[in-house]
Amino acid sequence: MQQLLMAVITMVAGVLACAAYFYGTNLILDLIFPSKGRSGAKASRNLRISNAIRPWLFLFPALFAMTIYLIYPVFESVWLSFHDRTGQTFVGGANYVWMFNDGEFRQSIFNNFLWLLVVPALATFFGLIIAALTDRIWWGNIAKTLIFMPMAISFVGASVIWKFIYDYRAAGTEQIGLLNAVVTAFGFEPQAWMTIPLWNNFFLMAILVWIQTGFAMVILSAALRGIPEETVEAAVIDGANGFQIFFKIMIPQIWGTIAVVWTTITILVLKVFDIVLAMTNGQWQTQVLANLMFDWMFRGGGDFGRGAAIAVVIMLLVVPIMVWNIRNAAKEMKGH
Amino acid sequence: MIASKRSSLVLFVHLSVLLLVILWTIPTAGLLISSLRDKDQLAVSGWWTALSTSSQNLTVRAPGPEAQQQRDGKFVISGNVLDNPGAKVSAFGFRTQEPAAFEPGQTATLSDGERLTVQEDGAFEIVSDVAMEGSRGQRIFVQAAVPSRFTFDNYREVLNAEGIGASFINSLTVAIPSTIIPILVAAFAAYALAWMPFPGRTILIAVVVGLLVVPLQMSLIPLLKLYNGVGAFLGLPAKTYVGIWLAHMGFGLPLAIYLLRNYMAGLPREIMESARVDGASDFDIFVKIILPLSFPALASFAIFQFLWTWNDLLIAMVFLGTGNNELVLTGRLVNLLGSRGGNWEILTASAFITIIIPLIVFFSLQRYLVRGLLAGSVKGG
Repeated sequence: MQQLLMAVITMVAGVLACAAYFYGTNLILDLIFPSKGRSGAKASRNLRISNAIRPWLFLFPALFAMTIYLIYPVFESVWLSFHDRTGQTFVGGANYVWMFNDGEFRQSIFNNFLWLLVVPALATFFGLIIAALTDRIWWGNIAKTLIFMPMAISFVGASVIWKFIYDYRAAGTEQIGLLNAVVTAFGFEPQAWMTIPLWNNFFLMAILVWIQTGFAMVILSAALRGIPEETVEAAVIDGANGFQIFFKIMIPQIWGTIAVVWTTITILVLKVFDIVLAMTNGQWQTQVLANLMFDWMFRGGGDFGRGAAIAVVIMLLVVPIMVWNIRNAAKEMKGH
Repeated sequence: MIASKRSSLVLFVHLSVLLLVILWTIPTAGLLISSLRDKDQLAVSGWWTALSTSSQNLTVRAPGPEAQQQRDGKFVISGNVLDNPGAKVSAFGFRTQEPAAFEPGQTATLSDGERLTVQEDGAFEIVSDVAMEGSRGQRIFVQAAVPSRFTFDNYREVLNAEGIGASFINSLTVAIPSTIIPILVAAFAAYALAWMPFPGRTILIAVVVGLLVVPLQMSLIPLLKLYNGVGAFLGLPAKTYVGIWLAHMGFGLPLAIYLLRNYMAGLPREIMESARVDGASDFDIFVKIILPLSFPALASFAIFQFLWTWNDLLIAMVFLGTGNNELVLTGRLVNLLGSRGGNWEILTASAFITIIIPLIVFFSLQRYLVRGLLAGSVKGG
């Protein structure tokens, strides 16, 4: 309780400090370059100078924090990836050579590509289907809320939920895990799902699909509603059936949104960590890059060189999407 | 003909949505129901049987001969094998090989001539013609039908004994300042990027869009080194709440600036121009006009940031210690998965406590969450 009080006090102090900074720097700027009550040329010169400085006063705290927490680390990680475990000695590409010869790393790359293929595709697919179906029924919004709900649940919480579903008891005893109960009800042997190589990856992916479908659904549902009704009406008049309208009229008009959903989930998948850590911690050939990186960060007292090298690989995989996003944003701004 | 075809299609839509909704809610429902079940029942039967009576096999040891009483010239030990008032005995026995040899009410003759009777309500009597000897009581095997039982015991246990209560406070300590502090910082920056002309503005916006997707993994090692360095320099521990608040702020800023800038750029230009004509400075315009108008976007971001900081595991594992007054809920849950892997009564109750706050936020503020998602993603496309 005492520490919660401390948190609230810090919060108030932080907000007040921010407000004081913005207010104070503005006041000082106006005092140094006053424009009110000065005559003609002097006033307009002062106004010009203060208008050139003010944006940077507004931006400074945010830019400073982003530089320390996001921009500087990118360069530092690249630099560290060419150094040994302590970050002192330059080792050239040794970390990268080690990486590509390391079986665990190759396993992680393979698994990450599996995740990349399956999770964005399934989440977008289910999201699209649910968005299209729920738009037609009166209780659609309730259905959407329930399917959207897992978005609020932490990856660790979701892992516990699903670990319970995958729970395994020896054959012959009563299964308390839902999946094994269903399997045994159909007369098959119960399985320890988490320990079956290759397939266990898909059981882990199911968790992320379960979480992310709601996200895809919300975005795609809005996009579907944004489709001009005339196009659908025209198709109806031309005698198109429901499937034709959906696949030939509606889908082509929301390709852009589908791409955005797909790439957003792709980035999330590249960083997937909590689920693997909580469910298997990379055992039974389920290792992924982010968990491997975390592992090396602390393994044997911490190997910063190898950890950073793995982080750089994750970054490189993100770069194409980053470039695509920036180009889209630039296009958007020109349109304004 | 056409009408019947259409109605069967509508039925198909209803059924498929229903199926999908069930698929999506069953995992959480299972967790919630299980967390409320009696832990002995939870361990032996699936949560979908929670409402039906379950059959349990119990082994009870009767009191030893010192408890015997003399009654009508016979020696009697009596008691009750059941501690659950609603339960019913369906069979009993006294040998490991035949634990269910007798029906309730029947009398079993034990090897030494004593007679054992167990009634349906669990009451038992051991009757002997001579005084019983020995030091240990008779073992009785009972098969009992136990009615379903719901309880808050699991919650009581995890909140106190398993440290979930302390972690709940820790999570709040992390999440509240991490949510509120970045808002003002981001709002000023977003205003500058939306409405103040200056050279390099386009490039800065592009940088923010780029930073949106930079993986956290890139930041972990450099920041850990930085924190260790700063901690050593100042003579303070490297892992503190201040450190994690600042980290969450830094990582949350790109999204905050992006969301708020998009929203502010969409506000009508006329409002600002007329204010400027009236002699208002940028600072005044921002504080008196933009900030109040941007409330929906601020709320969207606050919800995102709160969910994200509450649900975060990675940053807390790297930048916060593991002591009882620092371990957050997600971290505690991962530890429990390791140490209490089979104790589902503990795991389910703990998990439900960790997800209850996000669920409340989600259900009460869903509108803002959806709006934020749409602003954050669709605009990019």
